Amino acid sequence: MLLAPIAIDTELNLHGPAARDDVRADARRGASARQGVAVSVRGLRKSYGARRVLDDIGLELAPGEFVAVIGRSGCGKSTLLRTLARLETPDGGAIAVGAAGAGIAHDDLRIMFQEARLLPWKTVLENVALGLSHGLHAAAAALSTVGLGERADDWPAALSGGQRQRVALARALVHEPRLLLLDEPLGALDALTRIEMQQLIESLWRARGFTAVLVTHDVQEAVALADRVILIEDGVVGADVRIDLPRPRVRGSAAFAALEQQLLAHVLKPQR
Amino acid sequence: MGSATTSAAPLVSPSSAAAVRHTARHNVRDAARAALPLLLPWLLPVALVLAWELSSRLGWLSSRILPAPWAVAQAFWNLAESGELWIHLRTSLWRALTGFAIGAGAGLALGLLTGSFRRAETLLDTTLQMVRNIPALALIPLVILWFGIDETAKLFLLAVGVFFPVYLNTFHGIRSTDPALVEMARSYGLSGWPLYRDVVLPAALPSILVGVRFSLGLVWVLLIVAETISAQAGIGYMTMNAREFLQTDVVLVGILLYALLGKLADLLSRALEKHFLRWNPAYR
Repeated sequence: MLLAPIAIDTELNLHGPAARDDVRADARRGASARQGVAVSVRGLRKSYGARRVLDDIGLELAPGEFVAVIGRSGCGKSTLLRTLARLETPDGGAIAVGAAGAGIAHDDLRIMFQEARLLPWKTVLENVALGLSHGLHAAAAALSTVGLGERADDWPAALSGGQRQRVALARALVHEPRLLLLDEPLGALDALTRIEMQQLIESLWRARGFTAVLVTHDVQEAVALADRVILIEDGVVGADVRIDLPRPRVRGSAAFAALEQQLLAHVLKPQR
Repeated sequence: MGSATTSAAPLVSPSSAAAVRHTARHNVRDAARAALPLLLPWLLPVALVLAWELSSRLGWLSSRILPAPWAVAQAFWNLAESGELWIHLRTSLWRALTGFAIGAGAGLALGLLTGSFRRAETLLDTTLQMVRNIPALALIPLVILWFGIDETAKLFLLAVGVFFPVYLNTFHGIRSTDPALVEMARSYGLSGWPLYRDVVLPAALPSILVGVRFSLGLVWVLLIVAETISAQAGIGYMTMNAREFLQTDVVLVGILLYALLGKLADLLSRALEKHFLRWNPAYR
């Protein structure tokens, strides 16, 4: 098992190192925790001009579930995420978030982009505190959670790409969101940093139990992080595969490789 | 390090003495290397002044065409002693600063307006672009007709000239704000004034400071033009007066003063950039 070399300060470790939690235990814990919210998508449609990108998408996400959305380039997975994030308006269909579709507060939904999108003229700490009305203590705590506590007063330009994405992650999590949307956040990072970040995201998700939707082109990343992997193909949900591997995920195991191959075969199917 | 153990061993072994000499040479070389970037920019001006002084001494340059540097320095000293220099300097400085404040202030305000609101751009930008292309010199007769020949006329000319660099760069700066950052900030709940203050304005600041820097230099050039409109004091007046009386050395004092003030203005804008843009590695 690859151990994350970054010091992670979470309130986890309740179950000890011997715990081989299965996926359902995580989901159950997520549902009972304060965080984690159900998401229901029905009949979602979105076109850009003449091009139909999303065609009748239907999804049900349980509270605290970690869902990965994969697919070829241009299949509409980012559009789906941005529609969930309310950055785009769909042409049709409905999205219901929260218990009985009650919706969630603006603060409860956070999105991480492919670039860190930090404000270059604010220090790292001020960036994490963006939109935070009640002081910098929470921001400093979030920053140390991702292992960058001592870089609080640096300018973003002094950080590497991976460090910047960690700051962006801290910025997203400092508001304790109930739904975290991740739009290929690790795509621009090198392979080693990517693995470290995946472990960081997984451990933070297990500790806090928010619902997470991760869009990624990397099938291995999807299997490493998600409870469910959804494949978007020709604007519809082509596959919905449950990942029943124990957490924390072990990359080298036979079951892992088998699932990864199965998904890859499906994604790489020759197009119609 | 060799340790000589023979009975005739010197107090300091030859190899360590060589090491000390080597280090001393290195220290001198390092100091020289550090001082070089500070001295190099002055190499050319000093060389020119020396060549100038030499030409005057050798009689190649008539003192009526171009007085020797020493004569210029003496004229400067006389003016400073008599107090005349300070009166002219103060007047010119006041005109420059006031004209700059009005022009740059208006340029900033209008640039922010047309940059931020499309409707304002549609209404105002075409008119402003047309006015921009009228040369300041061509405006002088009109300015004299409208404002007479007192301070208002000069300030108007300065303000109009200084306005456009600041306006254009402010407009461009606002329009170049990265939409990805705005989208991110909106998703974090920023909107209206906090969004403007935290995302749009800082993004525009590098451009705005370019405009300010350009205008701070431009104001001195325009000041010379403005001070030809019947002034009673000021560096331009002093220079023109001296020209009437063929006091070429005083003329040179005036020209050099303008150059010096322009350089000081440039240093000021560099300092502004260094402070406000210290987050940007390119400006350190």
